[in-house]
Amino acid sequence: MIMSRLARSGRGGIALLVIGLLAALVLPWLIYPPVALDIACWALFAAALDLLLGFTGLLSFGHAAFWGGSAYCTGLIALHGGMPFPVAILGGAAFAALLALPIGFLSVRLTGIYFAMVTLAFAQMIYFVANQWRDVTGGENGLQGIPRELFGLDLYDPFFFYYAGLPFVLAGLLAAWRIVRSPFGRVLVSIRDNPARARALGYPVDRYRLLAFVLSAALSGTAGGVFAIGHGFASLDGLYWTTSGQVVMMVILGGIGTLWGGAIGAGVVVQLQDFLATAGFEGIGIVTGSIFIVIVLLFRRGIWGTARHLARRRGLSPAGGSGGGPAGSPGLARAPASPRPAGGPPGATAGERC
Amino acid sequence: MGGGPTGGRPGSGPVLRARGLVREFRGFRAVDGVDLDVAEGSVHALVGPNGAGKTTLFNLLTGFLKPTAGSVLLEGRRELAGRSPEAISRLGVARSFQITSLFAELTPHQHVELALAGPTGLGWRFWRSDRALARFAGRAAELLAQVGLAGHGDVPAGSLSYGRKRALELALALALDPKVLLLDEPTAGMGVEDVDRTIELVRGIRAGRTVVMVEHNMNVVASLADRVTVLQHGKVLIEGPYAEIRHDPRVITAYLGDSDAAR
Ligand SMILES: Nc1ncnc2c1ncn2[C@@H]1O[C@H](COP(=O)(O)OP(=O)(O)OP(=O)(O)O)[C@@H](O)[C@H]1O
Ligand SMILES: [Mg+2]
Repeated sequence: MIMSRLARSGRGGIALLVIGLLAALVLPWLIYPPVALDIACWALFAAALDLLLGFTGLLSFGHAAFWGGSAYCTGLIALHGGMPFPVAILGGAAFAALLALPIGFLSVRLTGIYFAMVTLAFAQMIYFVANQWRDVTGGENGLQGIPRELFGLDLYDPFFFYYAGLPFVLAGLLAAWRIVRSPFGRVLVSIRDNPARARALGYPVDRYRLLAFVLSAALSGTAGGVFAIGHGFASLDGLYWTTSGQVVMMVILGGIGTLWGGAIGAGVVVQLQDFLATAGFEGIGIVTGSIFIVIVLLFRRGIWGTARHLARRRGLSPAGGSGGGPAGSPGLARAPASPRPAGGPPGATAGERC
Repeated sequence: MGGGPTGGRPGSGPVLRARGLVREFRGFRAVDGVDLDVAEGSVHALVGPNGAGKTTLFNLLTGFLKPTAGSVLLEGRRELAGRSPEAISRLGVARSFQITSLFAELTPHQHVELALAGPTGLGWRFWRSDRALARFAGRAAELLAQVGLAGHGDVPAGSLSYGRKRALELALALALDPKVLLLDEPTAGMGVEDVDRTIELVRGIRAGRTVVMVEHNMNVVASLADRVTVLQHGKVLIEGPYAEIRHDPRVITAYLGDSDAAR
């Protein structure tokens, strides 16, 4: 099924898939294994966010709630439940999805900057709760010493744990790809492009957005859970708004609406941070921020998006994950361009038409 | 008047019945106490000068705007006011938009597939391949051919010419197979040939349906409409068969006078 689908997307698609898989397999040989695992986790997190940002047109600035929330839940299950770590990770992902239900319910009615603000506010609330609820979360210390046994196997060597965590990441990426290339994904793209028209076709837009939000949260939670097990701790950092900001940055760097671009964004950002940190550099934020700005200014479509654009112009086979061609500028860029659409559906903005 | 509880018999009560519809925008009444009866199976034209409130009325009928006051009954039994656009669409009231409103990155074919897939619930299947939508491909191709878009089904809709976008609007409304079809200026900006084709198309699809159309082109109104409602300043100025209202002095001054009076 999947192979035949890939075959349709051309030899370029298969070549890229093989390269990507090989890269994922050899990564801990090339770089410091804990950093390799970080890249894998953030890559899945970024793909999960792109599901919303690139394919549904919603910019969440509160995804730390799902990454960090799942990290705590995963940690608690592994610490106190005595469960093998895969169960803990799945539990964390389920918790993230549950958490996304009320948050999404209350925020998907909003779009653009309002959606970003409300999701940010919810995430900060979760952060606050985690900080206060010391008995369970350990407050500022976080959860320490999360075990990662699996039927007596010793996975404490980060090199080996990379290969234990990788299947979760790959399964998550595969799920994201399937969602984007499903009938549901097609509806999401239509909602992104023109929610009023999707409504006129009978699609309950808010419920579709809610499901997209929950699925995105579940995948973010998977990533956060692997991250927590891999590091052996869950900390408040994971819930802080900078985590939300960082994953948004990765998606934009890699290319909004490309799905795989986020993995490249994750690789660039995590590697850079690691490099600067080991070099004892102080202003890591300044450097990553500047590079971010330069790339966004030079390549509006992000790294992957630009590469794909060039490949298409040269007539090579497209290999992106977009449900309907290159996604230009969803999210904030779709803010109303005219105060009142003349004669059109109210709420539909000029940017949503064609 | 008033449709019976079943309301399904052709020619029985009005399929759409609006009473006292009001919509205010910051104190300005764009629609100001409109009563409207649309007979089942008829083609009902809504005309009036720019800003008369025609599109606002459409938005009220289809749930895109909530009325400040008033009610809309479908088939004499279902209150539409207060329902969401998607719910009203599911009840069989479809609309097209005055300003072409499409999904820029989807192809016309994908547009129509989405419209056809709506009632089946296929859109929720996030675990299936989007090739599952291909089961609507045949019907989609038929509909595209019907509106003259055969051979243009596979380019991004954003790149279609204006006339073809209008045709796609129509195909989408048709794909929903609605009981009531509301068309907001379906021929706006079309050349004569396309206008004629649209007239023929509406003739072809009206069987078994009710059509309400906002239309500035009096040729189109004359050749299609059974009844005409003239709106002005958000109020119903006059209502009747085209032959009657076209000579009414009030209509001529309000509307026909300033543009298509000669027709
Ligand atoms: N969302 C809105 N906010 C404020 N005013 C509005 C809004 N929608 C419509 N109006 C006003 O209501 C009046 C009626 O507008 P409407 O679009 O319904 O007219 P129309 O009869 O469709 O005109 P046209 O023939 O130009 O399409 C206009 O004066 C318009 O400016
Ligand atoms: Mg109008």
